[in-house]
Amino acid sequence: MTDTWIILGGTSSMARAFARAVSRNGAQVLLAGRDMKDLEASASDCSLQGAIAAEAIRFDARDANTFAPIIDNASKLEGMINVAVFVGSMPSQDQIDADPSLIAGTVTDNYAGPATFLQMIAPAMEERGGGTVVGVGSVAGDRGRIGNYVYGSAKAGFHTYLSGLRNRLTRSGGHVVTVKPGFVDTAMTWGIEGMFLVATPDKIADDILKAVEKRKDVIYTPGFWRLIMGIITAIPERVFKKLSV
Amino acid sequence: MIWNTLTYTGWGRVHRATAQVARPERISSLAAIQADTGAPAIGMCRSYGDSCLNDGGHAIDMTRVDRLLGFDTENGVLEVEAGARIGDIARRFAPDGWLPSVMPGTGFATVGGCIAHDVHGKNHHGAGSFGQHVVEISLMSGGKLQKISPSKNVKLFRATIGGMGQTGAIVAAKLQLLPCKGDIMTVTERRIENLDHFLEALDNSKSTYTVGWVDATAKGEALGRGILEEAETGYGLVPDAKRSRAVPFNAPGWALSNPMVRLFNAAYLRRVPERGRTSVKPITEFFFPLDKLLEWNRLYGKRGFHQFQCVVPVSEAAVLRVMLDQIGNAGLASPLAVLKRMGAGRAGLMSFPMEGYTLAIDFPNRAGVEPLIAELEEITKNAGGRVYLAKDATLDPSHLMKMYPDLHKFAKLISEIDPDGMYETDQTRRLNIRSHA
Ligand SMILES: Cc1cc2nc3c(=O)[nH]c(=O)nc-3n(C[C@H](O)[C@H](O)[C@H](O)COP(=O)(O)OP(=O)(O)OC[C@H]3O[C@@H](n4cnc5c(N)ncnc54)[C@H](O)[C@@H]3O)c2cc1C
Repeated sequence: MTDTWIILGGTSSMARAFARAVSRNGAQVLLAGRDMKDLEASASDCSLQGAIAAEAIRFDARDANTFAPIIDNASKLEGMINVAVFVGSMPSQDQIDADPSLIAGTVTDNYAGPATFLQMIAPAMEERGGGTVVGVGSVAGDRGRIGNYVYGSAKAGFHTYLSGLRNRLTRSGGHVVTVKPGFVDTAMTWGIEGMFLVATPDKIADDILKAVEKRKDVIYTPGFWRLIMGIITAIPERVFKKLSV
Repeated sequence: MIWNTLTYTGWGRVHRATAQVARPERISSLAAIQADTGAPAIGMCRSYGDSCLNDGGHAIDMTRVDRLLGFDTENGVLEVEAGARIGDIARRFAPDGWLPSVMPGTGFATVGGCIAHDVHGKNHHGAGSFGQHVVEISLMSGGKLQKISPSKNVKLFRATIGGMGQTGAIVAAKLQLLPCKGDIMTVTERRIENLDHFLEALDNSKSTYTVGWVDATAKGEALGRGILEEAETGYGLVPDAKRSRAVPFNAPGWALSNPMVRLFNAAYLRRVPERGRTSVKPITEFFFPLDKLLEWNRLYGKRGFHQFQCVVPVSEAAVLRVMLDQIGNAGLASPLAVLKRMGAGRAGLMSFPMEGYTLAIDFPNRAGVEPLIAELEEITKNAGGRVYLAKDATLDPSHLMKMYPDLHKFAKLISEIDPDGMYETDQTRRLNIRSHA
């Protein structure tokens, strides 16, 4: 039986790479996002890469009305329902300092929106007795740093949510993978200074797929970020508060 | 951020550019970028010289716009975004019995780059150039998208194929793929004694894919000796292509010194037994033999290298001897030297191919190389031949008109489309192309 992957935030380059990878394995793919024209092009690509079926569907993290139709659509398909969450937005800390009202949108895009969606779809997954949720967070969620603590805190909220959801879905045979990418070479990071050890979206997609197959709980990708973040989180707060890493 | 300040080079690494580079992932962002700042589109920078460079200006990297948009299994027409790489298309479709009709020697070249230089492959004598298999192009100029084809706006179509990005960004194209038997190649290799023997063997080859490797260090009797490779697609099972490896650092100068190259070439020649041999290979190993070694251009060291590629008419084949003689005497060649028979097929005003023989040779960027190349260019021009702009970084602008008879038409058209020269590259400026309008 063919599994379905709902891919939220399907226009991001990481999502595209992941959609391609599951398509090559012959999944059914629902690409969800806002730029329908772009999603339709990606859906064609998925079909030609090997997806049994691929469709573009509207999703806006800030508009909960778009959630139910996606869930209805997936519920009609046979096989396990899987969800991969790639949505997110990262206004710079400077922009947020200038306009604190941006925080609400940041939290919705990175946490509240996807969490609401997952909360709505969880019963359907439980009913089918399986399925995997991939939640893409960020290493920025591991510790609040002066450079982007609003984005980081939204991702931290999402991480905690995912850990709770994992606890819940495990009971019905489901699984949740929390993915913490380091710097990824995407449109979001293009031209931003201070990037190092940047990974390609294909590498991230590959790591995610392996984690799904092995039912890993939390992965850092590329893997060395576990070490980097281990060091960063070990720094005592009284020292950390004076650093600008 | 939209613009990222990058310093980059063409494949030969002799020239570099520092430019503001945008890398859109969606067509809508490409439109927004173009409407804001017109800039030449670039692909994987597999052109050798300065055709992908725009020092001090802007450039739009198309490599993230790379999706397959549609495939008609009946007639084999593939619609694909311009940043898709030829090798990926070959790997995807060969098992289903289709190949890009024309493939250059690297699978990393993008569809956009293949159109913009109207590239040729090992089947040029039969299949013609890349552009001859392009059914339609979606071109974005000044933020506006239009479809052009041999039946719709054919003038612009012929200026876009081989047009070095000067008509705008190629966003997507419909390509007529070629039926193939499967994803393996049957390859026959034979030793070739000398130049006359080579030309005769190339002329007589009946194979779909034919390419010659020349030992550019050989002199006298052996001048022009080498190996002829002939191949057909087939089906069956062969081991997967070997994993690719990267060259980790710039090689030292002696690595490609004349004695080393002579030794290497002699050994390379002897690899093929005297009576020849036939073997089967994965398609990618035949078409893209160098791609296994990622960043092999570092083998030429920090100073980089030039590739000289010319085509001369059949009646002027004698000048090949003069060229090989000069190259052999100069002792500057690298092991990479290719000789091929070309057909007449070309699709654009500025396309390279002509009926004749094409010779391509790499030279490490050392003292004496640029003067040698200048001589070879002069010989080419006098023989009524052409230098390939995808490889060029040195051509004397005064040779251009004689080599490219449609230059005037081309220059006129692009000056109308782009009066401010926003799509100019280091190459078009160096060759002063717009001055011919
Ligand atoms: C190992 C090797 C072997 C090769 N073998 C062959 C061969 O056998 N035959 C052959 O013909 N060539 C060959 N080439 C040359 C290569 O195929 C061409 O230079 C090709 O144009 C490279 O494509 P690219 O995507 O890297 O383009 P780039 O080098 O990035 O750009 C080349 C030109 O195309 C334009 N361009 C690129 N993308 C677009 C776009 N989307 N829209 C508009 N303009 C665009 C650029 O402005 C520039 O003028 C070889 C190169 C290498 C490195």
